[in-house]
Amino acid sequence: MATNQNANSTEHGGAAGGKPLLSVRDLATYFRVEGGIAKAVDGVSFDVMPGEVLGIVGESGSGKSVTSLSILRLIPDPPGMIERGEMLYEGQDLLKLSYKEMRAIRGNEIAMIFQEPMTSLNPVFTIGMQIIETLRTHNPEMTKQEAFDRAVLRLSQVKIPDAEKRMKDYPHQFSGGMRQRVMIAMALCCNPKLLIADEPTTALDVTTQAQILNLMLELRERREGGSIILITHDLAVVAETCQRVIVMYGGKIQEVGNVDQIFYEPRHPYTQGLLESLPSTQEAKKRLHTIPGNVPFIMDLPTGCKFCTRCDQVMDRCHNEEPPLHQLKSGQLVRCHLAEEDSTGFADAPAMTNVTPP
Amino acid sequence: MSKPLLEIKNLKIGYPVWGGILRHKIGEVKAVDDVSFTLHEGETLGLVGESGCGKSTLAKAVINILKATVPGVRQEGEILFHTEKGPVNLLELSRREMQPRRSEIQMIFQDPFSSLNPRMTVGSMIEAPLRLHTAQTKKERTDRVHWLLERVGLQASQASRYPHEFSGGQRQRIGIARALAVNPRLIVADEPVSALDVSVQAQVVNLLQDLQDEFNLTYLFVAHDLSVVNHISDRIAVMYLGNLIELGEANTVYGQPAHPYSRALISAVPSPDPRKDHSDRVLLEGEIPTPLDKPTGCAFRTRCPIVKDECAASTPPLEQKKSGQVAACPYT
Repeated sequence: MATNQNANSTEHGGAAGGKPLLSVRDLATYFRVEGGIAKAVDGVSFDVMPGEVLGIVGESGSGKSVTSLSILRLIPDPPGMIERGEMLYEGQDLLKLSYKEMRAIRGNEIAMIFQEPMTSLNPVFTIGMQIIETLRTHNPEMTKQEAFDRAVLRLSQVKIPDAEKRMKDYPHQFSGGMRQRVMIAMALCCNPKLLIADEPTTALDVTTQAQILNLMLELRERREGGSIILITHDLAVVAETCQRVIVMYGGKIQEVGNVDQIFYEPRHPYTQGLLESLPSTQEAKKRLHTIPGNVPFIMDLPTGCKFCTRCDQVMDRCHNEEPPLHQLKSGQLVRCHLAEEDSTGFADAPAMTNVTPP
Repeated sequence: MSKPLLEIKNLKIGYPVWGGILRHKIGEVKAVDDVSFTLHEGETLGLVGESGCGKSTLAKAVINILKATVPGVRQEGEILFHTEKGPVNLLELSRREMQPRRSEIQMIFQDPFSSLNPRMTVGSMIEAPLRLHTAQTKKERTDRVHWLLERVGLQASQASRYPHEFSGGQRQRIGIARALAVNPRLIVADEPVSALDVSVQAQVVNLLQDLQDEFNLTYLFVAHDLSVVNHISDRIAVMYLGNLIELGEANTVYGQPAHPYSRALISAVPSPDPRKDHSDRVLLEGEIPTPLDKPTGCAFRTRCPIVKDECAASTPPLEQKKSGQVAACPYT
């Protein structure tokens, strides 16, 4: 049973009950490409509770970024299409909203920050103008002065020195770390309830990364009830910042657990393999444990379990039969036939896929 | 300690800054500022640092491509490469004199997607250095290419394929095969695994270590991922804004960093252990200054938690510390 390690456990909001902020059910996003259909996300279900930091971890092609873009309906159509699913945000199905209604959600209720701050900020407008634009789009009754003052406040909250002066600067006049802070300020300026951060620190230096992650967590504490979905391939970042973790591979959820369970009792061979291949967990200079082979091209995913071609515990059945997402007594969810004996039920949509944090 | 292979002595590299109406040189960025260290045969030296520290510039200087790629670059000091005929200063060699040395010093690049020519087959890319540096027949070269492909974990039959048919990890293996083709003594690896997925990184790291043991290779391993560097390196060198600020055994530098910057850097590395206590993490204030605006005296003084007035006076030299490494700070 997961022990109550984390000193922050009281901040986990929605722990053990409470209504989810966002409920994704059986989301499938496909892309029409030369040669057929690429099933980037193929039946993903999860909840995001108020106040939690949920990590979605996976390597290239796992579907983690496409999942987050689907939530905000930022998938270009064509060639992408959200094939099926339901995304309930405060009772509304985001997939059924009109363009105008969705616009009112983006930036206002659900905001996103991206990996490359330079390409997500408009290079020809000042930072000030961009933040003010966001504020006034969602708060049309706000005056220019009010918006200006609010923008300066947000910039100083993300620790940009001389915030008022820097309102007049352009993105290229900021360093990488500063630009990411600006992105965070912009994303949070309308007090969204959910922040989706897609590899927010991957492009940054280590010391800057530490500052930005620290900032994100501090701001979250102040936002009471504000949740974060952190998408990354970096397991170490997940260990430090997230309370619950979803592991994705081949467009599907393979394991879900709270952070202690995932790092200390991983049940899925893929999760186990990932953790074992990290250099920091191994004795220096000894050969690293590896997962053989490569992530298959999205069009070449195996039938049966998506991981069967690389799994060191594979059985015959894995090639033909895709495992369901088994729910274990500990609350962990594992998409693996090996978990069958400890299974207390299935957690695929439409059932609950929630797991209580430690 | 085994024999020295490469001795860097007081290396200074300045990038020109162009400006003015006539676009003449109006200034210089001190990308590498008086760096000295020795690389020994068979060792792996990890070179770490953040943006603007000069590690990539130093790597490029070692393989001697700066004059050709950066017009107006100023290189001072010595890069002594130990050959059978004695030490040779690479910086003083003409293009012709450098040519035969290139088979001894090879490079693996960071981006597996842009470091391979998309219009050449994999086989011809690996064969190219053989054609340049050896007098082998076509048959001998082809056999060697096949052998190399298999040695790096690919198949000989893949020699006729093009880069786009391979994944990132496989392309990196192709780059390694190419570097290995002419039996180099030194391989400069510039962030060889940063662009790879975690599961593939482990494969490539293992491959690099195996090859090192088999062929007695020396690696200058430039990277920003400290856990990978700690795993693969015998010694670690830390750079900040062009200066070498710490150098020592990998375990010592990683476990007991002496320089305030190294301490901040290493404590900033996230660890995949949710229960690890991070309350002693050093969070630096502010951003790394641009190399154009390098602080006088100790370059780190604008962000150093233990800065003193004296730090602005002069650049501190590397001093021997009790724990074994050298670090450029008199106050730790």
